This record gives sequence, structure tokens and C-alpha cells, in this order.
Amino acid sequence: MKIHEYQGKAILARHGVPVPKGEVAFNAAEAGEIARRLGGAIVVVKAQIHAGGRGKGGGVKLARSADEAERIAGDMIGMTLITHQTGPDGRVVSRVLVEEGLQMTRELYLSLVLDRAAGKPVMMASAAGGMDIEEVAASTPEKIVKVYIEPGVGLVPFEARQLGFAIGLDGPQVNKFVKLTTALYDAFVATDASLVEINPLVVTAAGELLALDAKMNFDDNALYRHPDIRDLRDLSEEDPLEVEASKFSLNYIHLDGTIGCMVNGAGLAMATMDIIKLAGGEPANFLDVGGGANAEQIRHAFKILMSDRNVKAVLINIFGGILRCDVLAQGVIAAVKELGVQVPIVIRMEGTNVEEGKRLLRESGMNFTTADSMGEAAQKVVQLAG
Amino acid sequence: MSVLIDKSTRLIVQGLTGREGTFHAKQAAAYGTTVVGGVTPGKGGTTHEGWPVFDTVHDAVRETGANASVIFVPPPFAADAIMESADAGVALVVCITEGIPTLDMMRAMTFLKGHPTRLIGPNCPGLISPGKAKAGIIPGHICKEGRIGIVSKSGTLTYEAIHQLTRLGLGQTTCIGIGGDPLIGTSHIDALTLFGGDPDTDAVVMIGEIGGSAEEDAAAWIKTHFKKPVVAFIAGQTAPPGRRMGHAGAIIAGGKGTAAEKMAALTAAGVTVVESPADMGKAIKEILGV
Repeated sequence: MKIHEYQGKAILARHGVPVPKGEVAFNAAEAGEIARRLGGAIVVVKAQIHAGGRGKGGGVKLARSADEAERIAGDMIGMTLITHQTGPDGRVVSRVLVEEGLQMTRELYLSLVLDRAAGKPVMMASAAGGMDIEEVAASTPEKIVKVYIEPGVGLVPFEARQLGFAIGLDGPQVNKFVKLTTALYDAFVATDASLVEINPLVVTAAGELLALDAKMNFDDNALYRHPDIRDLRDLSEEDPLEVEASKFSLNYIHLDGTIGCMVNGAGLAMATMDIIKLAGGEPANFLDVGGGANAEQIRHAFKILMSDRNVKAVLINIFGGILRCDVLAQGVIAAVKELGVQVPIVIRMEGTNVEEGKRLLRESGMNFTTADSMGEAAQKVVQLAG
Repeated sequence: MSVLIDKSTRLIVQGLTGREGTFHAKQAAAYGTTVVGGVTPGKGGTTHEGWPVFDTVHDAVRETGANASVIFVPPPFAADAIMESADAGVALVVCITEGIPTLDMMRAMTFLKGHPTRLIGPNCPGLISPGKAKAGIIPGHICKEGRIGIVSKSGTLTYEAIHQLTRLGLGQTTCIGIGGDPLIGTSHIDALTLFGGDPDTDAVVMIGEIGGSAEEDAAAWIKTHFKKPVVAFIAGQTAPPGRRMGHAGAIIAGGKGTAAEKMAALTAAGVTVVESPADMGKAIKEILGV
């Protein structure tokens, strides 16, 4: 799960990571008030969306007075911000972060993420802050320094010092860096984060270290023990169909094609998208209905597939194993009847009672096409989608 | 022969008294697996479907001589269950549970380092040695005894591979679902190592998916260490970057972990990579010339 920058900064600040003074505003007047409270010569107004690259897209602006901050916030709230991470449709800005402006001397990079191969969190730092870190990693990987953290031990100060000196901090700054990274690791563990990224981490003219930006992602599997973080989910940042699907424990991802897919199991669902593409079609979605798909879930799944106006045909690929195909067939027939589904449906199913399942589909008097293999199913559905 | 599980396996079920645990314990026993009991804390001393239930894995191992465990407990308790089994000296632990928090698994993996236990999963369908025994949820009726090994990150895609092979008359030595989580106990390389040492396995179907670098690591390893033919399929060739495709580990992050990279690495290592998931069985048949 993703959250906004201002929410991430609040969490980090609670664990002792220094962040600039600032507050979130949902309208221009609020933004003006916050700027007045902050005082100072300069405030920064930052659009809050779940995507990076905001600065280049016009989502980060400096204001030299509270009135100017109010004007900027007024323009920003309600605008559609397009960045390299939002896709061509962009995101509508509904809130802005108003923050004190800072005199800074350096921009650094700091992040904490799970390294799958090592099975440990890895903390990465770089002197090349404020840039796209993926570009830095690709072109000058030697500019990124890493320490792998032993989960049972936590971040040890010497590891933090290694990072701090490697990115060119001086003695007093390294001491602050050790405190900051220790607090960052505490926040990571305490919240079951999957990613914390501070880009940039700045050194101010006064020699202080602050998190000027904050990106935090969380492990969805651990949200059950963090109701406070779960509450930070911003549904307006997500695809409405995906939000709807998640209510019924359906794993759905909206794509651009014309062939709706309904599959059990994530790997088979990806493989079904792949084989549609190989047959010359484009999948409209990824949809995993799970191992224990029942009639009710199939009905919800159909509803979601049919809400996507681009869908011209549907491919159902279920390898039941233990799931009974006659039960599945009954579920599909009931859902198609109830929802009045008009588009052609190709069904490929395997599992217990597969012959009985196929008979039910044939004798339903409805427009089903059955297939014996994935390859055949993909070819048929691509043809039917036109 | 087969790997990891066979007629000498004595299996306990952690979470036996739950719905899933009960159903799959019966399925395993019906398939011919020696299921010797179950563990549900607080229900020790009772029996369930004829099997003795124990409070702790230590008790179960002492009383039944269990050497394998399959875990069907809910995600908040699953990492704990893995560590308990390892501490009790169970040689093979198969964790079916999906949705274990990553930090819990990280702790469990650290714990396992001091133990000889082999963990399969989590978030996996388990494994089966056709005609001998199974631990997990792979349906026995689609399998056939034979000479092909399967190792896969995905559950239903494993069934698909088994089904294709069986239809072509090609049976399997052992089929191992290693799981789709970012942190798993047994890697592709671990499974290939086992198949490499099994004289009855002639070839391997390897199924990977987007995310991480396990397939690239396996490719590098295969090139120098694995002499048997391998057919590979990588799911997620059409997956968009940055989106988690169902499995917690199936995500292209920072441009890394794409299917294209994995397929190229495997091809360069001499593996027969099929573009279509419908061609896994066919490719094995062609290579073996049977």
C-alpha cells in the first residue's frame, strides 16, 4: 500500500527522523493559513499524489508570501498532474503540502528496502540525491553505497557511519546521520514498511540533516496489525474497478486490451494474459479469483469485467484441481443470466467432473464456447473479440 | 526415485483441525501418504478424524516419529509454526499459507539458518511424488508416476504443467511448488540441485515469473552445474511494470525482474524457453524424443 508524502513524513517524524515544518491543506485558504503560521521568507507548495516526478510536472512550487502560497495552492488543487509515473491520464490533485523553505547545501539519497536475494533489508545511500535513482543505478552504480542489515540485530551504528562517510558527510554530520538512519530503520520495522525512500535527504546551510521528501510503501500482508496505516489508504489514487474488486478479495488489475480474463491462481492468470498476446489479442485485465473460487465470487468477478467498456470477449481459464467443474459451470451460467452478459465467453476448465461441467455449459442454451487447452482457448477468444 | 517426499515420509499437519487442514490431510492420506497426526495448540490429547492431535510439534515428533510437516495455519501464526517445526527437528516443512508478513518471514529465515530443516514455500501448493506421497494441495489425480521433475513459483501453473505432461504420457518424479513470495525457503537452484542428484529424473520443467532475480540466478547456475535438459516458462511477459501481479513477489520494480530478462538469461544458459504456457509438455517430449 502507498501513502502520501505528508503522511510518510508524519510517520517518520514520530520515530525521530527530522523533517521540515509543514502541514497538509485541502483548499487554498487552508494553504494560506499554514503559510502564515510557518512565517519565513519562502514556503514550498507540493502537490500530494502517489507518484514521483512531481517537480517536473509543475507540482512543486515556491512562494514568497502567504498570499502567493494561497494562489499557488488554489491553482494546484483540482489540476490534473501528469508525470512520468502517472501515465498519460495523470492524477487529480486534491491536497497540497505547505512546508517551510530551506537553505540547503547538499542533496543526498537514502532508502531502505527488502533485498530478496539476501533475505535482509538493505539500506542504500548516495551523494547523487534529488535525481532519478534508477538512472544513477544504471549509469553510475558505484555512486550508490549499501549495507545489508541483520534482521535480528538491526542497524548497527558502524554500518550507518560507513554509509555516512562514504557519501561525504563530515564528522558532526555523520553523528546526525547515524541517529537519522537508526530512526528510519525503527520506522521501517515498526510499520512493516516494504520501502522507505528519502530523495532528497538534505544538508541545510546550518548543517542539519532533514528528509525533504518521503516515500513509504507498506507490506499489504501486514496491514492487519496496523489499522492506523490502513486508514491512510487514499482510494481516489486507485483505479475504481480495482477498488471494487478488492472488496470481494479479487485480485484485479486493469489493463488496456479488449479480452477480459478470469483465472484462478496468479501464475496461471499471468500466463493466460501472455497466451492471449501470443494469439494476437490484448488482455483487458489481470484477474485471479483465488483457489477457492465459488459462485458468489464468479458473479462479482463478472460484474467487474463487464464494467470495463473495452471488453469485447471473455476468457475463463480455471484449473480447478480440487474445485469441481460442475459447480464452476453452474456459477458461470447463473452469473451470465443474472447480469445479462452479451459478449462472447470462452471457457477452458480442468478439474474434477469436467465432463459434467461441459455438459451443463452446452445445455444451458447460452452462447458459451468451450476449449480443451489454453492454446485453443486463446485462439478462439481472440477470434471472437474481432 | 523421487526427491524430498516418498513412502518413508511421516507427515504431520499443523492446523489439522481447521477446514483446510482437515480436507487436505484426508486427501493426502487417500493418496497413500502416511499422515501420522496433527498439531493444534490447546487441542492436544484429542483425536481428529482418527488422527492424534498434539499441543506442540515437539510432542508430535516424539510420539509419532514425524519427519515432515505441512502448515495450514492462518498468516499471523504461520512464521511461528515454521520455526516451531524447525526447532522440533522436522526435516521437511511445507508452508501452504499465503499472506505471511515479510518481516515475519525474514525472522523465520534467520531462525532456520541454525537448523538443518528444508522449508518449501510459503505461499505454495506444496509437493507431490506421484504414486508415493504428497504434502500440500496439488491434486493427485492429474499426476502420473514417471521421470520428469517440476519446480514452479506458481500453483495452478504447476497443475497446468503436470496436466500437459500426463496427457502426453510423461509422468513425474516429484513436482515442487516453491511459492510466489519474495522470501521462500527453497529456490529454483535448490530444487534443481535435488533433481540433478536423482537418477530417475531425466528432465525438468522450471516455471518462473516476473519479480526478483531467482530465475537469472538459476540460469547462471544451470550453465555450469546442471547437465539434464530444462524447459522453462516465465509468466508475466505482458505484465505492466510496478504492479503486483497477485503474488507478493511478482512485481517488476525499478525496471528489474522482467520476463524478457529472465527468458534471455535462461536461453543463454542452454535452457529451452517456451513463450507459450501451452508448450511446456510438448517441449519436454521433443527434447527427450519420446
